[in-house]
Amino acid sequence: MSAANLPAASDDVMIRITDLHKHYAKLHALKGVSLTVKRGEVLFVIGPSGCGKSTLLRCINLLEEPAAGTVAVGEDVIHFGPGHRMPSGGVLAKYRTQIGMVFQQFDLFPHMTAIQNVMEGPVTVKGIRRKQAFTLARELLKKVGLSEKENNYPRNLSGGQAQRVAIARALAMQPRVMLFDEVTSALDPELVGEVLGVMFQLAEEGTTMVVVTHEMAFASEVADRIVFMDAGQIVEEGTADDVLLQPRNPRLQSFLARFHHNMGTAPS
Amino acid sequence: MDAIFGANICWLLSRGLHLLNDLAGGHGTYQADFCVVVKHFDALLRGAGITLLYAFGTIVGGLVLGVLCGTAMLSRHKFLTLPFNAYVQFFRCTPLLVQIVWFYYALPMLLGYSLPAWMASGLGLTLYMGAFCAEIFRGGIQSIDRGQWQAARALGMTYLQLMRRVILPQAMRRMIPPFTNQSVLQLKNTSLLYVVAGHDLMYYAAQLTSQTFRPFEFYTTVAMMYFVMLYPATKFAKRLEARVDI
Repeated sequence: MSAANLPAASDDVMIRITDLHKHYAKLHALKGVSLTVKRGEVLFVIGPSGCGKSTLLRCINLLEEPAAGTVAVGEDVIHFGPGHRMPSGGVLAKYRTQIGMVFQQFDLFPHMTAIQNVMEGPVTVKGIRRKQAFTLARELLKKVGLSEKENNYPRNLSGGQAQRVAIARALAMQPRVMLFDEVTSALDPELVGEVLGVMFQLAEEGTTMVVVTHEMAFASEVADRIVFMDAGQIVEEGTADDVLLQPRNPRLQSFLARFHHNMGTAPS
Repeated sequence: MDAIFGANICWLLSRGLHLLNDLAGGHGTYQADFCVVVKHFDALLRGAGITLLYAFGTIVGGLVLGVLCGTAMLSRHKFLTLPFNAYVQFFRCTPLLVQIVWFYYALPMLLGYSLPAWMASGLGLTLYMGAFCAEIFRGGIQSIDRGQWQAARALGMTYLQLMRRVILPQAMRRMIPPFTNQSVLQLKNTSLLYVVAGHDLMYYAAQLTSQTFRPFEFYTTVAMMYFVMLYPATKFAKRLEARVDI
């Protein structure tokens, strides 16, 4: 981590991304993305597959190493570019504790029960006493509606249940920001609702969230702001109504048109 | 007491063999006599002890070596992976017999002094086991889904934490079957000690055969003794596998 020459995320700014670039071999996945997320804001990122929205999310908690740019979460500011490589393992690990992330494939630890999955972060990473972590984990499982499943192993949970445990696992670290990476894309349609319900509740509670999704109806309902990405750039951003109902950019217009055509619905 | 017991056993074995011979309509005129085996059984037991000792020692040694090499092979740095890869490939792709003979007969030419048989064969067996264990370890770790690594990292785990809590517990379960397999092979491979006159079970069988001219009795007995050592071990491993299966 290097000294900030850009202002750190201040009181009302939780995430500040500046001119972020990322390459995969020949693909220029992020082409100078800048983005600010305020405390308590719920930001949705939409766009066609391969537009870089997941990459952007993974760069926020540095699961991917950006080629250039600045990533700031809370007081931590990390620069990338010539002379600025990835921070060391310990610094990186500490940085990530303030960011919760939920993945498309849940990625629960299969050798642990639901409650052990939720306790794992607090106990191993934060060094919290097991008893205390257990109480916290119970509370969180109750919150996501899975009190009865605390002793189930992940293979005995439905996709929707597994994803709710994964959300509880991320929340157990008491992160300042929650990242959701297409968390309902791998679910059977009838299980999507229960996961969105938990996310809705989190948004209502004022959790700072960055959500990558294809659920447009959900976005229009929950998002404080939506950004539309295409080909590694943010093309348009605004309130849900602006972006979804009055799209200005032609690429966004065609994306939404294709979307409505495929789903047979229009955002409410 | 022992003598009576031994005599009974060899009578039983001999009768059994006669019966087999008759059933097969055999024209063999060979009269098997297992009394000679009973008489020398203490020597065979000593050999079996050495065999077990070698198997155990080189399996443990190979396991330690394999974990170290396997860890190095998982590194992102080429200068670390390259030499260990070379070692593993070399020892996997040459016969153990050649390795043992090489350490016993060829290495002394370089060193200027000869290694005792136990050391040459121990070295060969350990390095051989180590190469396979390294592959089992590396493969086991790499078989764990990428999502597990990123989920652990996203929680803020350091490399050591995620290895200890997430990756190794899962990978070890996958390593048990190939490791058991390799250990069974390793015990059988100790019979190669025989070529450098290491005093294992096979060596005693050969010695006693040349003294008594009873190859049928001794080699049959030795085969059964290997089976008796290994069969329970494979059963135990199966149960272990079932217990850790999730």
